[in-house]
Amino acid sequence: MASIFQGVGAATALSSSTSFDTKKFHLSSRRSFSVRRASFFVVRSDGAKMDSGLNRIGGRADQLVTNAVATKADTPAASTASKPGHELLLFEALREGLEEEMERDAHVCVVGEDVGHYGGSYKVTKGLADKYGDLRVLDTPIAENSFTGMGIGAAMCGLRPIIEGMNMGFLLLAFNQISNNCGMLHYTSGGQFKIPVVIRGPGGVGRQLGAEHSQRLESYFQSIPGIQMVACSTPYNAKGLMKAAIRSDNPVILFEHVLLYNLKERIPDEEYVLNLEEAEMVRPGEHVTILTYSRMRYHVMQAAKTLVNKGYDPEVIDIRSLKPFDLYTIGNSIKKTHRVLIVEECMRTGGIGASLTAAITENFHDYLDAPIVCLSSQDVPTPYAGTLEEWTVVQPPQIVAAVEQLCR
Amino acid sequence: MASSCFSKSKTIIMRNLKSKNFFMLGFINHTYSITNLQFPRHLLHTISSPPLPVSNYASSSPYNYSIAFSRCFASVYGGRRLNTATSVRNSVDQLSTEAPLQQDLDFPGGRVKFTPKPVFTSSSTEERTPCYRVLNDNGQPILDGDSVKISKELAVKMYTNMVTLQVMDTIFYEAQRQGRISFYLTTIGEEAINIASAAALNYNDFVFPQYREPGVLLWRGFTLQDFADQCFGNKNDNGKGRQMPIHYGSRKHNYFTVASTVGTQIPHAVGAAYSLKMEKQDACTVTYFGDGGSSTGDFHAALNFAAVMEVPVIFFCRNNGWAISTPINDQLRSDGIVVRGKAYGVPSIRVDGNDALAIYSAVHKARKMAIEEQTPVLIEALTYRAGHHSTSDDSTKYRPVDEIERWRGDQNPLKRFRKWIETKGWWSDEAESEHRNGIRKQLSQAIQAAERVEKPPISDIFNDVYDIPSKNLTEQEAFLRRTIQKHAQDYPSNVPM
Repeated sequence: MASIFQGVGAATALSSSTSFDTKKFHLSSRRSFSVRRASFFVVRSDGAKMDSGLNRIGGRADQLVTNAVATKADTPAASTASKPGHELLLFEALREGLEEEMERDAHVCVVGEDVGHYGGSYKVTKGLADKYGDLRVLDTPIAENSFTGMGIGAAMCGLRPIIEGMNMGFLLLAFNQISNNCGMLHYTSGGQFKIPVVIRGPGGVGRQLGAEHSQRLESYFQSIPGIQMVACSTPYNAKGLMKAAIRSDNPVILFEHVLLYNLKERIPDEEYVLNLEEAEMVRPGEHVTILTYSRMRYHVMQAAKTLVNKGYDPEVIDIRSLKPFDLYTIGNSIKKTHRVLIVEECMRTGGIGASLTAAITENFHDYLDAPIVCLSSQDVPTPYAGTLEEWTVVQPPQIVAAVEQLCR
Repeated sequence: MASSCFSKSKTIIMRNLKSKNFFMLGFINHTYSITNLQFPRHLLHTISSPPLPVSNYASSSPYNYSIAFSRCFASVYGGRRLNTATSVRNSVDQLSTEAPLQQDLDFPGGRVKFTPKPVFTSSSTEERTPCYRVLNDNGQPILDGDSVKISKELAVKMYTNMVTLQVMDTIFYEAQRQGRISFYLTTIGEEAINIASAAALNYNDFVFPQYREPGVLLWRGFTLQDFADQCFGNKNDNGKGRQMPIHYGSRKHNYFTVASTVGTQIPHAVGAAYSLKMEKQDACTVTYFGDGGSSTGDFHAALNFAAVMEVPVIFFCRNNGWAISTPINDQLRSDGIVVRGKAYGVPSIRVDGNDALAIYSAVHKARKMAIEEQTPVLIEALTYRAGHHSTSDDSTKYRPVDEIERWRGDQNPLKRFRKWIETKGWWSDEAESEHRNGIRKQLSQAIQAAERVEKPPISDIFNDVYDIPSKNLTEQEAFLRRTIQKHAQDYPSNVPM
């Protein structure tokens, strides 16, 4: 059941006992109702618009139904609306999304190391402390497990914290809180306490950041029950996913990539929120489905140019939702092309590609004309030397070769 | 130089140092100084300087400067942070036994005096931090005692709840031994901590328990039937049968669901206090943990955070001497947990955990301090875990039986408190046996009723993982249901679909 009704239920239970503080719960239920009446709209990756009201009341189930019924446009993904918007970089898009949500809801706050007046190590929170105060954009001492725990405690009491890991790798320290409490407490409390946190930070292999700062945590977190994972790759989807993650009542881990913060794109002026469980059609095609996410999207698109010149027509899908997978979009693509190539930055063992391969084999085995090929990083810590580092990450020539092999 | 939050502490320090003839060693945080005024003198963590010629920290020039951080959240609604690190040079210079040193330097963190002698602070103090107590072993008030006066109604309510807790523990423990529930964990020996601390809080204070604090929930109105339902994991359980017995949780009572992980609730409490501070509520959070829990990383970071953020949280440590089989000396080597507060800049107090009135007074004052001054407070309650760690433990294997018997007998918190209320004429033997029999009867009825109630349905496996079940969960549920339909004979009959 949508969490709005839980909030209302709690409010009525409390009003009968005068010794409890009802103000808090009135706040939360008021917020939920205002969401229903909000004027924002959900924009799907192909530019079609849906009524946002569905996003809250019916929640995810309704969204999936709408996806199934509505026709998916075959036009190339128009990631920007028809109106001219404004240009900005990815980290600015994240900040814009964050700021809009903080403006909209006073419960949204940011917690992390150096997020306050320093503005964050990648400047995603720049200027927010000046605007909202240093209690709402909180600098913490260095103890990831504890400030994640703090965020969880605050979330259970009605706030909506965004917990920033300065680098995703540091969130390994927070694993206990993320797994045991963030993912579990809504369940083990019988639905009494919800944890609407967003855990975000930069990850992935950068430019010679060393092994410890080049980790892909999505593979470690993917099994944790109770959390959702999304990965952004463009300024457009970064802003939309950030907003969606903040509005979601589930704990969401938003994976950003260190090398993508300076991507520039023109995004719409009007407000939009993306669907957390939806994949993005980057380039429709006929011959092969290439599934990818985050930075690898760009390597794939580069390879796609070469492939087009060679006469292939790859369909590129940015899966975006790492948990749960958007098997609807993926499935439709496979039913069309019958060949799958997964390109990811995770390690081969136990990565997102491994899970995706299993999920596709289980669900769409009959539609495959060839075994699924998964290109991923090797099972090695990322070396520092630039030349070595380059070859631990999947490069466009490898993608081209794999497609040629697959389409033989 | 000093911000407005700071000038208050300056005058207090001046006042204190002028009126007393001893040196307060170490950093005096402005919130700690405020403690001095509210607690009796003998409770201060003071170190008198012994007249020893041996070089120890006392004979060298003490750090007379009080260094305090003032991170006033004046900028809750915007504006620059007022982060000033300043020090106060006070007139203690004249009181010093040595000539004042010429040099001090301005490092980040405040001014600090130099000393030419490489003297190490001792790992332990000569005297341990004294323990606050109101009633003596015989339940009689100690002379010169300072405590909050409580009414007859409150005292009787506290005592009856302590008895209920004790009876509940005994009966549920027996139920586990009889195989009726799978697990139980008693609070024997810590009834005063549970009930008296709960009595001193308001209902809108958030409680983040470890697992040995069901008494707080009992005080707030959780019924015996509710406890039984959770232990039996039936469909009336708040937690929908998802957690082990004794992992109670109730949003209605502002009691956050117990998680089995040790110490993870401590940063949660700090986060909750942060939310109270943001919303300017007249409430605080309380978190309980044991001596073992104070070794976890979460404890240390949370105390540090709370001090830096200046949030209203009460850290309540039940130092009961044992962490399963690990005795306190194998757990830590500091003077208990109370000294750790000082290390993080958190005002702290040590309290006799078997003295209900002392706990009530301490928590009452701590709450006031936490909310009015927006500061964390650490309370260490010394007590003894008179029962086993849980039903999976037999503590006679690692500790002497006579030690356990002694704490169950004479040192029993109920005994002391009962003597006090009987002296006051508020209780009697008849009242005792009437109450005990009544609770026993209620409990056995509650247990029988809980046993008969249906278990939660299959759908509760998949609900509440997310706000709405995701597609893969829906598929998994459908698969499970199909399997059950196909093999109905292998499926337990008392679990509804």
